[in-house]
Amino acid sequence: MSHPVDSVMLAQRAAELAKRSIKTSSKAHGLRLAVSMLDLTTLEGADTPGRVRALCARAIQPCPVALKAPVPMVAAACVYPRLVPVARTALGDSGVLVASVATAFPSGQSSLELRLRETAAAVVAGADEIDMVISRGLFLSGRYKDVVDEIRMVRDAASGAHLKVILETGELETADNIRRAADLVLKAAVSDADLEHGAIFLKTSTGKVSPAATPSSVLVLLEAARAHYRATGVRLGIKPAGGIRTAKQALHMLVMVRETLGQAWLTPKLFRIGASSLLDDLVRQLLRMEDGRYTSMDEVALT
Amino acid sequence: MSNTPDTTQTEWDYAPTPERTRPDIASEYGLFINGEFVEPHSGRTFATKNPATGRKLAMVSEADEVDVDRAVKSAKSAGGKWARLKPSERAKYMFRLARRLQECARELAVLETMDGGKPIRESRDVDLPLVAQTFFYHAGWADKLHWAFPGCTPKPVGVCGQIIPWNFPLLMAAWKIAPAIACGNTVVLKPAETTPLTALHLARLLQEIELPDGVVNILTGAGDTGAAVAAHEGMNKIAFTGSTEVGRRIMHTAADRDIPLTLELGGKSPNIVFADADLDQAVEGVVSGIWFNQGHVCCAGSRLFVEECIVDDFVAALRERMGRLRVGDPLDKNTDLGAINSPEQLGRIETLVQQGRAEGAVLHEVNDDPLPKRGNWHRPCFFTGVEPSHTIAREEIFGPVLAVMTFRTPDEAIRRANSTPYGLAAGIWTDKGSKIFDIAARLEAGVVWCNTYNKFDAASPFGGCKASGFGREGGRHGLRAYVKLMEAKR
Repeated sequence: MSHPVDSVMLAQRAAELAKRSIKTSSKAHGLRLAVSMLDLTTLEGADTPGRVRALCARAIQPCPVALKAPVPMVAAACVYPRLVPVARTALGDSGVLVASVATAFPSGQSSLELRLRETAAAVVAGADEIDMVISRGLFLSGRYKDVVDEIRMVRDAASGAHLKVILETGELETADNIRRAADLVLKAAVSDADLEHGAIFLKTSTGKVSPAATPSSVLVLLEAARAHYRATGVRLGIKPAGGIRTAKQALHMLVMVRETLGQAWLTPKLFRIGASSLLDDLVRQLLRMEDGRYTSMDEVALT
Repeated sequence: MSNTPDTTQTEWDYAPTPERTRPDIASEYGLFINGEFVEPHSGRTFATKNPATGRKLAMVSEADEVDVDRAVKSAKSAGGKWARLKPSERAKYMFRLARRLQECARELAVLETMDGGKPIRESRDVDLPLVAQTFFYHAGWADKLHWAFPGCTPKPVGVCGQIIPWNFPLLMAAWKIAPAIACGNTVVLKPAETTPLTALHLARLLQEIELPDGVVNILTGAGDTGAAVAAHEGMNKIAFTGSTEVGRRIMHTAADRDIPLTLELGGKSPNIVFADADLDQAVEGVVSGIWFNQGHVCCAGSRLFVEECIVDDFVAALRERMGRLRVGDPLDKNTDLGAINSPEQLGRIETLVQQGRAEGAVLHEVNDDPLPKRGNWHRPCFFTGVEPSHTIAREEIFGPVLAVMTFRTPDEAIRRANSTPYGLAAGIWTDKGSKIFDIAARLEAGVVWCNTYNKFDAASPFGGCKASGFGREGGRHGLRAYVKLMEAKR
């Protein structure tokens, strides 16, 4: 057993943090912070260049209405590898990063060779960040060393790009498994490049499996990152993804980060939220705070 | 990354979120006797204050022996009819009360926080839900008592004198009143001097639901009032929750009069953390064990025993976590630690902390939240370098002060944990199930929590052994103190 996790107390702590009351100025600040941490995502079989261009435009200008305090750009646009060139061109030098899923996302069930080639190709095509999946099959059959080796090889193939390692927490099921998988990622993250803060991210889910980023599963990752920081002084990134649709959920995530890892993690360099529809609610809440009424979704939902 | 400089470079903190609900507080409260609020015999009143501001909230009546006598007579005369009432009808009153408590939960939570100093988060999420649950739960027992005591016929004991403390004012009132009236008894309740308001508002609700007059009487006052309640010869049973010192005096009184007694007294409960535990969650458990309700908890895990091989890491994690506790305005929804209940209690805590330093223990105080200028405040803190012989390792502090000690083996942990006059609660933290069963059975404590702490439920009996008292409250066990058992006729 690696680090045991008591799932009852874990859920209790996560629920306790959900009760923080975020109002007025801290809500306005938190909503903007959440926008700036967003990996605005489209990962559908039906994705087209047109769809990706629309997403990228939204990433650069999340709010169609000018507010008194500006709404920041999102952190990255996250797409399938085939659409990386489109995103690269659309985002240009805006500062919004291009993130690409890779390694036979979401299942990871193709040969290692193909997965590595896919990763390298995405980087060549212009991806700043690679969102890889671990092999849950290897993990659940107990081949932990192979899981670590694969992460290392993908990291090498993605040389230069930041790496987000998706554990697919919904398939690992138990908090003990999630923590063990997180610890395997930490074990893989030992090269000099990985000592840079935020070079490696722990990511909960692909968004294709339910449950995805539950508060408990996110808290496990935060605790793993805290342990890693205490042991090495290196700040690992964290990215919950999947099922985060409301501003309230996003603020809850920020509260968990703030009270588990501290203020230093509240930056897009170290914390991201992967989502597609969340941005609509964040913007809607910001508009409401500005003029005191709820806008119709017609004014907000542009992607 | 070039985007969003303005939102990421400033700290993200929580803006003040004060609870805005205000309960309807009267300027003066009478004594609740025979279904109505009456003037005290002596005419004397005293102020109850908000410990977070030092400001007076209301004037409250001080009951003397004459008032106690009136209350007991009222309880006695109500007793016969209440005891003969169809049990399902008694249950109806209690269900009605429980529903009203839920409806008024927000106002009562605010009142509890204003009068006692605990954070609104706790009074809202812990105290009030448990209060309502306690009445719902015991309402359910009212017409099923023969199932609680198979082969016997349970009869009410009569008039119950009940004296409660200031740390969970309304919850303790519920723990006392609910089993008593469910079993057909009548009650004279004495809330604590510093926290009488929620009990008095409970009296208003009793009027609203038209509980028959005299079934519950509520007398406010200080120690003398309590002594008069305990000593009244019309009492058929005494229940007391509070300090061990007062508990001993009441034990004398009850022994002289040969009436049944239950006592729930102080504690110095051990929380034992093994190296194989989930330490992240254990830290949380230790935090809620000692800093819940500012440490004003009889079962607070005030002695922490950590396996020696992990003590440095654990203490470091505890320091970090303690630094994140939010201390301040109890009515702010994000406050974790509120005000100390009274200047007297604050003085007692400060004296013991001083004594801990003088005896050579190392004080850790890392929380630097700004404290309000007025009111009674004490930052959360803990001691390391504590020896079992130190005062802070033996005496109940009843404040946000933790004593950290170590152990090498399970046997040593148990020996040290049991080395106390008290025996209320204990906590064990380990991922190993077999260890839990072994150690829980060997700890001298009424309640043993495993991989959790401070969990309460109306269905779960609570109470202590050794100097922490006797008798149980809650669950089937808690009913026993409120019934006389007759053998069923065959």
